[in-house]
Amino acid sequence: MFDLLTEPLEFAFMQRAFLAASLAAVVCAAVGTFVVLKGLAFMGDAVAHSSLAGMALVYALGGSILLGALAWVVPASLVITYVSRRANVMLDTSIGIIYAGGFALGIIILSQVSNYTVDLFGFLFGNVLGATWGDIIIIGAVAAAVLLVMAILYKELIFTSYDSTMAEVSGVPVRLVQYLMPLLIGVTTVVALKTVGIVLVLALLVTPAATARLLVRRLPLMMATSVLVALAATVVGLYLSFHLDLASGPTIVLVATGIFALALVVSPSRGVVWRRRSREAISTSVGA
Amino acid sequence: MTTTPQPKSSTPALEVRGLWAGYNHTPALKDVSFQVPEGEIVGIIGPNGAGKSTLFKAILDLMKPWRGETLIFGQSNRSQRAKIGYMPQIELVDWNFPVSVKEVVLMGRYGHIGLFRRPSKEDRAAAHEALEQVGMAHLGDRLIGELSGGQRRRVLLARALTNRPKLLLLDEPMAGLDATVQHQIISILRALRDSGTTVVLSTHDLSCVSAACDLTLCLNCQVVAYGPPRDVLVEKVLGETFGTHLLMVHLDGQAYAYQHHRHSNGPPNEDK
Repeated sequence: MFDLLTEPLEFAFMQRAFLAASLAAVVCAAVGTFVVLKGLAFMGDAVAHSSLAGMALVYALGGSILLGALAWVVPASLVITYVSRRANVMLDTSIGIIYAGGFALGIIILSQVSNYTVDLFGFLFGNVLGATWGDIIIIGAVAAAVLLVMAILYKELIFTSYDSTMAEVSGVPVRLVQYLMPLLIGVTTVVALKTVGIVLVLALLVTPAATARLLVRRLPLMMATSVLVALAATVVGLYLSFHLDLASGPTIVLVATGIFALALVVSPSRGVVWRRRSREAISTSVGA
Repeated sequence: MTTTPQPKSSTPALEVRGLWAGYNHTPALKDVSFQVPEGEIVGIIGPNGAGKSTLFKAILDLMKPWRGETLIFGQSNRSQRAKIGYMPQIELVDWNFPVSVKEVVLMGRYGHIGLFRRPSKEDRAAAHEALEQVGMAHLGDRLIGELSGGQRRRVLLARALTNRPKLLLLDEPMAGLDATVQHQIISILRALRDSGTTVVLSTHDLSCVSAACDLTLCLNCQVVAYGPPRDVLVEKVLGETFGTHLLMVHLDGQAYAYQHHRHSNGPPNEDK
């Protein structure tokens, strides 16, 4: 039994995978709290998809794929906000334009390179077992930067998310925060690309935070719970993928989905079990 | 028709001069001018689309007017934001957000605290004091989603009070409240006025204006009338303000107006 836990850790590639995936889990879960509360899931999904353009460009020219994605998402996030603020375009419309445009550009660039399909699979669904120390340094640095900005501007982020008009009236630099939030979400997707890939980034952003929302009622606690859920899904998922020989990214995502389903059943306020019990309690008290 | 009451002190708390504002080339406010003397409660009434919210936005410097200016205690509103407390319409607030009453009220201090700093003991004391002013201190640890309509209103009011504003702007503070709760809010506003705060509120509710306000401004893109409620709440003025939406009823020599209107996200309701 114990061997099942220690055996994967004897492999250097598994050690790197645990490290890279855990970093991604922590940052996605923390930023995901805002994504879930503000309904910004589409934003995260879109920036991740559009980053294929940056990855493909670097893939064709040579260099770190993650840095390519990073160099793409920073301007892409800012453009999304700028277009929706300036051009009288709804936010989800400007998100959609960047989503499809970036993804299409990425495919066009990739299709110019021969034998691209193997690597495309890794871009789309992640390849955390192939994480190099170079990747981990980039992931760690970006993760640290995101968490630092969140810690420094915590109260501004919360106030603006909760009530941007009041925040502006109170003198909070709302415009700064409105540009910063998509940027944080965009950069966060880069942290998760290696672990779950473009298509499944959304799961790490949304599922742990949504699970936490079901289980606890206060924002800081929600963030902490979200991080714990994401870490649990990552560790369990990587062990399962090692022993059962399953693709690592999707396994992590499925474990997270399973935890969410469990929370849906046992949630103290919204869970199926609690509702049934309270209904029974009512009928008992009516009967008595 | 427009009568501007004589201000008590020389500098009005709020002065709006020749204000034009609107959206997409359609004006919502046309040449609006009025003064609010310090220490009064002013009720702004008018139908939906009369420009009440636009007027508040312009006063708060949340939108740029086409023409005209707003002075707060004689100075440009841009530099005087710290003197204003604002309470938005209750529908515009996300009541499912997982924060407590205390945390929401403390947010009123965030701009004052500034970037990169955490709320101090003093900020927490100010938030607590504001909660006491509205009689909500005992519910500080409740989640905002668990509050009743009247309690929600009081929390937003407390948040507007955290910086001890000289001028309080309240957007529809009475909408959807029953008479008992309305009277609680009115007595809080009176206490604030008596301690020197100037209050400007918008409402659909004519009975609330006559019960609570020292002055009434009738707005329908333009200032239709401005003065004490007994002078302004007469059939001619109300007919001009609300147009055809109004049914007048005469009782004991007073005109009562029944008005039908629709809220953007609720069923049609009837206000007296």
